[in-house]
Amino acid sequence: MKKEYEFLRSIPNDPGNLIKGLQLLQSSCGYISVDGIRAAAEYFGRPEADVEGVVSFYAQFKRVKPGRYQISVCDGTACHLKGAPLIHEWLHQELGLKPGETAEDGVFSLETVACLGCCSLAPVMSVNGKVHGKLDRKTMMKILKEYAAK
Amino acid sequence: MSEIIKLKIGLASCGIAAGGEAVFEALKKATALPIDQVGCIGHCYAEPLVEACLADGSSVMYSNVKADEKSIQDILSLGGENRFEVPAARKAKELLKVLALAGRIVPTDLADYTANGGYEGLKKALSLSPEEVINEIKLSGLRGRGGGGFPTGMKWSFLAAKPGFDKTVICNADEGDPGAFMDRSLMESVPHQVLEGMLIAAYATGASRLVIYCRAEYPLAIKHLKIAIDQIYEAKLNVFGNRSIEISIKEGAGAFVCGEETALIASLEGQRGMPRFRPPFPTDRGYQDKPTMINNVETFGNIPVILREGGNAFASTGSEGGRGTKLFALAGDLQYPGLVEVPMGTTLNEIVFEIGGADRSHVKAVQTGGPSGGCIPVELFDTPVDYDSLRSLGAIMGSGGMIVIGKDRCMVETARYFLDFTHRESCGKCTFCRIGTTRMFEILERIVAGKGCEADLDLLEDLGKKIKAGSLCGLGQTAPNPVLATLRFYRNEYLEHVNEHKCRAMQCNALVDVVLDKSKCVKCKLCLKTCPLNAISSDFVIDPALCTRCNSCLDSCPKKAIIRAAKGDK
Repeated sequence: MKKEYEFLRSIPNDPGNLIKGLQLLQSSCGYISVDGIRAAAEYFGRPEADVEGVVSFYAQFKRVKPGRYQISVCDGTACHLKGAPLIHEWLHQELGLKPGETAEDGVFSLETVACLGCCSLAPVMSVNGKVHGKLDRKTMMKILKEYAAK
Repeated sequence: MSEIIKLKIGLASCGIAAGGEAVFEALKKATALPIDQVGCIGHCYAEPLVEACLADGSSVMYSNVKADEKSIQDILSLGGENRFEVPAARKAKELLKVLALAGRIVPTDLADYTANGGYEGLKKALSLSPEEVINEIKLSGLRGRGGGGFPTGMKWSFLAAKPGFDKTVICNADEGDPGAFMDRSLMESVPHQVLEGMLIAAYATGASRLVIYCRAEYPLAIKHLKIAIDQIYEAKLNVFGNRSIEISIKEGAGAFVCGEETALIASLEGQRGMPRFRPPFPTDRGYQDKPTMINNVETFGNIPVILREGGNAFASTGSEGGRGTKLFALAGDLQYPGLVEVPMGTTLNEIVFEIGGADRSHVKAVQTGGPSGGCIPVELFDTPVDYDSLRSLGAIMGSGGMIVIGKDRCMVETARYFLDFTHRESCGKCTFCRIGTTRMFEILERIVAGKGCEADLDLLEDLGKKIKAGSLCGLGQTAPNPVLATLRFYRNEYLEHVNEHKCRAMQCNALVDVVLDKSKCVKCKLCLKTCPLNAISSDFVIDPALCTRCNSCLDSCPKKAIIRAAKGDK
């Protein structure tokens, strides 16, 4: 196993721990690369295709390197009704990004998530895990500016 | 009035999202009083919430608190500026049993929980035999709160009937319904209560392993549960005589289908979360091929209450179609979104209008049960909310998400939204679900784009019935519900889309133009500056070919001179 993936050894290599291992991989590397899949397959004793199958099944796992700031727009029912599609449209206009893409300069990346569980603050989005609620165009632009300036 | 002895601030996910952390920091700077970080009391619209506890035992609540000097001093001087009272209508209708301690105690403080009756249910259980505990649960009439509504006591007796102790009890905390947050709130605010319910289950069914399968999107819930588990180990609450119960927590990775029992088990075992044929049922062969039982978070939250009150007393609340209380996550077009707990059988009228404060003239329908549920039109709001009444209307109780839909929302688009979700979440095992939901989604896309025809509606109904019949698990069996229910109650909206290419809610972009009413326009040019696509000319005409209907100009116009109108209308 490549040295950079040695951290996998912190969890037991029982094949049932594969998802936990992949979550660890993603939190350490930001995404799951071809090398990452190879390392997980080797460590958990499962075929690479099998690991790839698990990765592609779950929405949480990313195969593309995210930006410095990961924007997750909630498209749960409440947020959808309260304007999540508009937020996507505005973000697309401002950053030129579609869900699943990372900007060329690596600052922002965009994804859609099913529900952040903050329905009463709809519409919401989170940036690197911090939730911003009751969004309209103005507040969203302000939030983007603040992160871009950081 | 007596003086403040302690402050409490709501710092569950909703409180944090509303800016609670900044308020907490500001309070810490301003006062030396102890400040408890508590969970959520369910009034999400009023966050951030601060409670000032007084020496005489009473308390004063403050809502929408800001982190500035003025708001903080207002609280510390017990001023009247942001005082918060629970709306009277809600106070009258609500019955806090499962949520009784949520937002009132420190979630990660075991002593605070036990001082308020915590673990008394477990103590009571341990004084009874396992059979007697299961009998209490049966007497209570409790049915699974995750959506299925299966009698909990019966489920427990199936697992208890298996010999030995090599059995697992799983808590399904993979709350995947978009629009539901009851389980998150319970785990964040009263993690010990959920764990107490699980420990009682372990005792009653003879299980030795407890596993919580929680979605990774709930980091705060996971954190609180982990702390609570450590405290349980330390206090040896997991030891029953010579039996020691192992408790672990596993994070899901985001798949709606994992709410289904066999798919959840596959996911726990590190596989793709696809359901399998039953039998064998999990109670015969489940996690790691051992007998396994799965209950939902809220179901476990009810267990300590039942043991404390006794099964018969618990059953005295609620209606024929369901006993006890139910939590609902209220959201959408209403004044007071949040988490409510009401006796089973409370009517939609009471929940949506009296508790939720929705505007009667504006509400069109309520959506229950998320992507597996249906829409109930406002005319039928005298329906009592319980498992059976909702099913008779083509909706389901589901886990308790309740989204209020206003008159300015399009029902066809709402159905399209749900099918967009389910067709992506279909695991692909059953042909009817995998391809059928995709076809239904494509037809709905066609209709909202104004390219549908009347025959599409029959096709949708036909497909829907076949998908329900031809799918293995609950996802496929319920996925067509949002479409079938809207076709049943709102067929006229579908017909307008296909025959007249009109969306009465002005929501479907392809059927709508954004137009500027020159009689109201004051030529302030704010819209010109706002439009990201320069679709508005200098003489204030919006070019429909350039316009993406993003609503930016609508929000910018101080005179509300820009509106969405049916395509072709001038």
